[in-house]
Formats: sequence, C-alpha cells, structure tokens
Amino acid sequence: MEALSSLADGFSVAFTLQNLFLAFVGCFLGTIIGALPGLGPSNGVAILIPLAFTLGLPATPAIILLTSVYYGAMYGGRISSILLNIPGDEPAMMTTLDGYPMAMKGHAGEALAISGIASFIGSFVATWGLVFLAPVLVAIALLFGPAEYFALYVLAFATLGGLSAKNQAKSALAAAIGLGIAMIGVDGQTGVPRFSFGEVHLYDGIDFLVAIVGLFAVSEVFLFLEHRGERSGPGEDKVKITGRIMPPVSMLKDTAGATGRGTMIGFVAGVLPGAGASLGSFLAYAFEKKWSDKDKSFGTGNPKGIAAPEAGNNASAGGALVPMLALGVPGSGTTAVLLAMLLALNITPGPLLFTQNADVVWGLIAALFIGNVMLLIMNLPLIALFARVLLIPVRYLMPAVAMISFVSVYGISGSTFDITMVVLFGVLGWFLRKIEVPTVPVVLGILLGNAMEVNLRREMTISNGDLWALIDSPISIVLWLLAIGGFVFPIVMGQIRKKPAGISATEKEMADPD
Amino acid sequence: MTDRIFGGAMVLLAAFFIWAAYQIQLSFITDPLGPRAFPIVIGVVLGLCGLVIAVKPDPEPGWPALSRIVEILAAAVIFFGYGQLLPELGFLICTFIVGAYLAWRLGCGLIEAIIAGAAVSIGIYVVFHLILGLSLARGPFGF
Repeated sequence: MEALSSLADGFSVAFTLQNLFLAFVGCFLGTIIGALPGLGPSNGVAILIPLAFTLGLPATPAIILLTSVYYGAMYGGRISSILLNIPGDEPAMMTTLDGYPMAMKGHAGEALAISGIASFIGSFVATWGLVFLAPVLVAIALLFGPAEYFALYVLAFATLGGLSAKNQAKSALAAAIGLGIAMIGVDGQTGVPRFSFGEVHLYDGIDFLVAIVGLFAVSEVFLFLEHRGERSGPGEDKVKITGRIMPPVSMLKDTAGATGRGTMIGFVAGVLPGAGASLGSFLAYAFEKKWSDKDKSFGTGNPKGIAAPEAGNNASAGGALVPMLALGVPGSGTTAVLLAMLLALNITPGPLLFTQNADVVWGLIAALFIGNVMLLIMNLPLIALFARVLLIPVRYLMPAVAMISFVSVYGISGSTFDITMVVLFGVLGWFLRKIEVPTVPVVLGILLGNAMEVNLRREMTISNGDLWALIDSPISIVLWLLAIGGFVFPIVMGQIRKKPAGISATEKEMADPD
Repeated sequence: MTDRIFGGAMVLLAAFFIWAAYQIQLSFITDPLGPRAFPIVIGVVLGLCGLVIAVKPDPEPGWPALSRIVEILAAAVIFFGYGQLLPELGFLICTFIVGAYLAWRLGCGLIEAIIAGAAVSIGIYVVFHLILGLSLARGPFGF
C-alpha cells in the first residue's frame, strides 16, 4: 500500500495553515464561480491562473487553490440549475431536469441538500479512485517512449471531441488550429523562428495563458453582450430556499443507489480521454433513468434524477484528474487549464511528476480530501448564502469578469501586446462558439503542440527517419487503434448526446464548458 | 452558408500555413524531420477539415442581428484601446472607463454604470494591488 503512505505524506504537506486557508478560499470561490451563470470551472480557473502565478505562489499552494476552485465549481453549478432552471455551468445541465421541478414544488432545500450530499460522495469516491488508479497509470506510462507519447497525444486529440461531438471535422479543425498556433515562435530544436513574420513579440510563441483567458473568459463577455436583455435576472423570491435544508433520512436512503451508480459511471467517464464532467453527468442521468424510472417520474422532480447526475459530474471531475496528472494529457477544458498552470510553474505532469515532485501530487490529493469536506460543510448549512449570489445582475458581474481577465493577463508580462492578443482570442472564441467549433481542442493544441512535435522528432531521430518506428511497439499500436476508433465511433453512432429538452439553444450555448 | 464560407476560409488558411511552413529557414543544426514537417502535417489536417466542413455544412447558426455584431466589435475595439492606453493613463482611469462602458452596454443606466465602473476599478485596485500586491499599470498620478 505504497499509495497510502504517500497519501499520508501528502496530508502532512497539505496541513499547513497557508494550504488549508487556500483550500478554503478555493472552495468558497469555486462554489460561487460554479453557481454564477457566466462563470464556470474552465473560465473561472483560467482567470485565476495568471493571478496565482503573478502572486508568486509556489507550485503546491497554487495547485491546491485552483483544484479547490475546480471541485468547488462542480458543487456550485447545481445551485442555479435547481433554483433558476439555468445551469450554472455545463456539467450541471442535467440537474435542471429534476432539480427545477422539485424546487417548483417547494422542495428546493431538499433538492439542494440531496445534490450536495451526492456531490460529496461522488468526489470523495473519485478522489480515492485517483489515489489508487493514478499510480497504476504511472507504472504503465513509465514504459512509454517518444513514439508512444506521440500516439497518446494523437489519441487525446482524436477523442477530445468525444461522444459529445456533433461534427468530428470541427473538433479536428479546432485541434489543428491550436497545434498551428503552438508552432508560432522559435523552434526549440533548431533555433529558427517559425510563423513569426518578423514580429519580435511572436518569437517567444503565444502564451497559452493568454489564449486560455481569451478563449474561455473574454469570449463569455462577448456572448453576454450579444444576448443582452434576453434573460431577466432572478427575483428575490426565486432564490429563497423552500423546504427543509436537511433532507429526511428516507430520501437519503432512497437516493443512495442512484448516487452510487452515478459515482461509478461518472468516474469512468472522467478517466476516459475526451469525456469531461458534462458527459459524466449526462451518462449518469441517462443510466439512472433507464435503471429506476419505473413510474415515469423522472423529469417531474424525482430526487434520484438529481443525485445521479450530481454524483456523476463530481466523480468525473475527480476522474479527469487521473490522466491529467499521471500522463500529462487532460481530457476536459478545466483539466487542460490546470495543466496550463502546472506548465506555467515549470512542472510537467506525467509519470515523472509522481517521482520527482511527489509532494506536489500527494499534497494536492490530500488537499482535495480536505476541500471536499469543507465543501460539504459549506454547501449544506450555508446554502442560502450561496443562493443569494445568484442575485448579482449580469450587468455588474460581467464588467468585473472582463476587467479581472485583463488584469490577470497584464500581470503575466505587463505588455500591451498580450492585451491585444487576449482580445483577439476573445473574438475568435466567440466566433468559434457561434459556429459550434469546440474551443477546448484549440487550447489543448496550444498546450501540447510543442511536446507532441518534440516526441515525434525525437522518435524520428532515434529511428533515423523511419516512419514505421511510430507503430512498432504493442503499446503504440493499441494507442493508435484507440485513437482511430475513438475518432470514427461518434461518426458512426451519430449524435449520442442531446441537450435536454427545456433548455433553450441560447442557454446551451452560454453554459460554460467544464 | 456560414459553414461553407468558413470551411473555404480554412482551406485558404491551410494553404497559407503550408506556404509559410516552406518559408521556414533551415538551420545548420538539423534532425531527420526538421522544423517544417510537423507544421505541414498540421496544415494538411487543417485543410482537409476545412474541406469536409465546406462540403458537409451544419445547419446555419443563430447569428445575432447586425446591431449586436457591431456591439461586439465595438467592445473589442474598446478593449484594444484599453491595452493601448494602460501605460499612458494607468490602471484606475482606464479600468473605470471600460468597466463603466461595459456596464452601460449590458443594461445599466448612465449613473448606475458610472458607479459600477468605479466600483470595479477601485475594487480590483484594492484587492489585487493593495492587498495581494499585484503590480498594475501606473498612470501619470502614480496609480
């Protein structure tokens, strides 16, 4: 049980006053970020990264802060789903289906409590899954050479559009755009500038933090400008929590099965490449509906229909950390953002992270356990406080979000050029979201492009230019087959994931990706 | 139609990208693949995807009215100006102006917008500069 002793070491790292405080701040901010429509896990974490970075936080505290935000956002998303029928972020979309009807019947308190407890169980179990599964993946990844890594990156891009992709051509196009942007700058191996067109600012390449803040946060501001006035703010009576804040024990017993099944499905969905928390909660809800909807009460306020997707989205949030930490290949937008932060701190996730920076990894995992307990405590008795956050009107919120985004980008380099770039990426992000080209592959391409090329060229140097070397080990053959299968399968199956009825296209477009 | 135009534009972009990849100078240090090969592969993928999108377009997205597109472009221009003026006017003044503008465009009344802009600007200054010690752009009056 090496993992357990490492975890014990992790707790000794996490139990410092500073780290506990940061975990608390992260959980609190995360819940608010998740609750507010317009701020979700990916853009919330994105605008906080440059801040954590410029504040000079060391690696462990910085990642504790930001993963706490990530976990917290998964809790917070449900609040506006249940009270307003507006998903606070994309993973919470399925929670609207039964959560809002329950609130309409005067059981908002019970719905929030059940979903809070389901969230806790989902992320608690998933964090244990992370403890035991990540070292196993690390052991496999230690066998990887450059060819295997190259295949792994291809796999990540091929499956990123994932089951949710409507149009694989658009997902692949997004990845190509990201990879193309990554190529800008001086080539690390031969020292020649590429695609810089004589512009000195471009020699260093495009800072991925700038791209992330632009694509995820600034584009959101543009979406709100476009849809101004279409969504009226909630009234005071909407956010008043009706019903009991603690659910009856019988209801807890009743939903225990749904929570357990949602957790399992969510965790598996999270670990698999290309499936973030949104897919986890979708699959958990769909499965639970098949499993236990005997009297057709799903969609009319069945507590099981809240427990399953909430357990699912929190479990997949934990699960998605497994490939990000163990392989350095994120499967969702927010884990891509977390990867960006680690890279900015000069820490490269992957198998070596577990041997060279064991304190960072295990300190983080320990902090996740602690944060999860904090979140449960915050989200049961204090729920009324978080619900009031929903009263903040968009016309005050979005200017603040926009200006904080600029401040955080300006903080990286203090350059006007970066502000210009962030605005360009914001416009690009808005445009891509309008035409349904996913932005997560763009970000992943910018993040992984150089590592992908380095591994390809390293393999070619070893093999002296023989392309067959890319597929001459069993591991790389398996990875290539998975990549091809993962890319082709959704095309064959057609569109698997549909948006729940009752959520308008505008809501869907504006829900922040996970 | 949007997808056809977009796909076509992406094919052109891919062609430009591949052309630019061929312009990359080779250095005396070299490896079997060199600095051109991977970008060219990316360009080919980009072009193929653009072609597929142009040939098999999705249903038309819900484009906003022209006024809203102008709205977005205006905001982008304002943000651009923000970046240019930051070193001249400093953080507080620039952020106040842009914050108030955004609040106004998102539905605040004039006075409300001015208050919102001031609140955002001073709030960020206090929290990020005075409390957290982040360095912000200095203006002519030292803030």
